[in-house]
Amino acid sequence: MLDIGLSHYLSLAAILFTLGVFGIFLNRKNVIIILMSIELMLLAVNINLVSFSSFLNDLAGQVFAMFVLTVAAAEAAIGLAILVIFFRNRGSIAVEDISTLKG
Amino acid sequence: MFEALAFYVFAGVLVASALMVITARNPVHSVLFLILAFFNAAGLFVLLGAEFIAMILVIVYVGAVAVLFLFVVMMLDISFADLRKGAMQYVPVGLIAGGILLLELISIFTAWQFSPEVAKNLTSPVPEGVSNTVALGRLIYTDYVFVFQASGFVLLVAMIGAIVLTHRQRPDVRRQKVSVQNARRPGDVLDIQKISSNSGV
Repeated sequence: MLDIGLSHYLSLAAILFTLGVFGIFLNRKNVIIILMSIELMLLAVNINLVSFSSFLNDLAGQVFAMFVLTVAAAEAAIGLAILVIFFRNRGSIAVEDISTLKG
Repeated sequence: MFEALAFYVFAGVLVASALMVITARNPVHSVLFLILAFFNAAGLFVLLGAEFIAMILVIVYVGAVAVLFLFVVMMLDISFADLRKGAMQYVPVGLIAGGILLLELISIFTAWQFSPEVAKNLTSPVPEGVSNTVALGRLIYTDYVFVFQASGFVLLVAMIGAIVLTHRQRPDVRRQKVSVQNARRPGDVLDIQKISSNSGV
C-alpha cells in the first residue's frame, strides 16, 4: 500500500478516464462541460503516458504526452470557437439544438 | 513514506476535483475545479520525475485552456440550470457504462507485468546526469523534430481557425479606412469661390 508502483498510477488514470466518460453522460446537454470532460480524459491519457515513461526509464512517453497536450489545447480552442459562433447564431448551446444544425 | 503520502494526497484531490468538475451546478465552479485538478496532476508528474511536463501542464492548461473556458462560460448568456434539467435520468446508464469501463481498465492495469526483455527495447532511454528538461530538449529537437514541427503546425491551424471562426464583420460600425483617407484630394472636397468685394455671396 505504501509502495507506490505503476499500477497505482494506472488505476488513478483509469478512475479519471471513467469520470470523464461519466461526465459526458451526466451533462448531455451542456457542451462546455462535455469539453471539460474530454480534457479530463486527455489528462488521464497523459498520466498513463508519463507514468509508463517514468517506470520504464524511457523518455518517449513524456514527448508524446507533450504532443497530446498540444492537440488538447488546439481542440479546446477550436471547440470553444465553434461554440461561440453557434451561440451567436442560435442563442443556445444545448446539444439537442446542435443536432439540428443544417448547412 | 513521503512519496506514498504525497501520491495519495494528490490523487485524492485530483479525483475529488474531477468529480466536482462534472457535478458542479455552476460551470464557473467546474472550470475552477478543473484548474485544481490540473494542479494536482502537475504534482503527480513532479512525483514521477517529469518536471518539464508538469510545468507545461500548469502553463498550458491553467494559463491558457482553463482561462479560455472561463472566458467562454462567462461570455455566453445562458441559463445553465435549464441545461441541467433532466440530467438525472442519464445517471444509471452513465454509471453502468462508466463502471464497466472502470472494471475493465483496472482489471487490465493490475494483472500484468513488464517482460524482462523490455529494458532492451527502449526507444529513448533516460540519459544519466542531466535534468529532465535537458533530456527532453535533446530528444525533441533531434529524434522528434518533425513531430514537433507538426505539433507547431497544429497550433497554428488552431489559432487561425479560431480567429476565422469567431471574427465577424459588423456593418453598423464605422471604422477608419486608410486607403480612402489617402486617396482623398483637395479638389474633391474643396470648392474655391471667387467673391467680388462689397457684394456678398
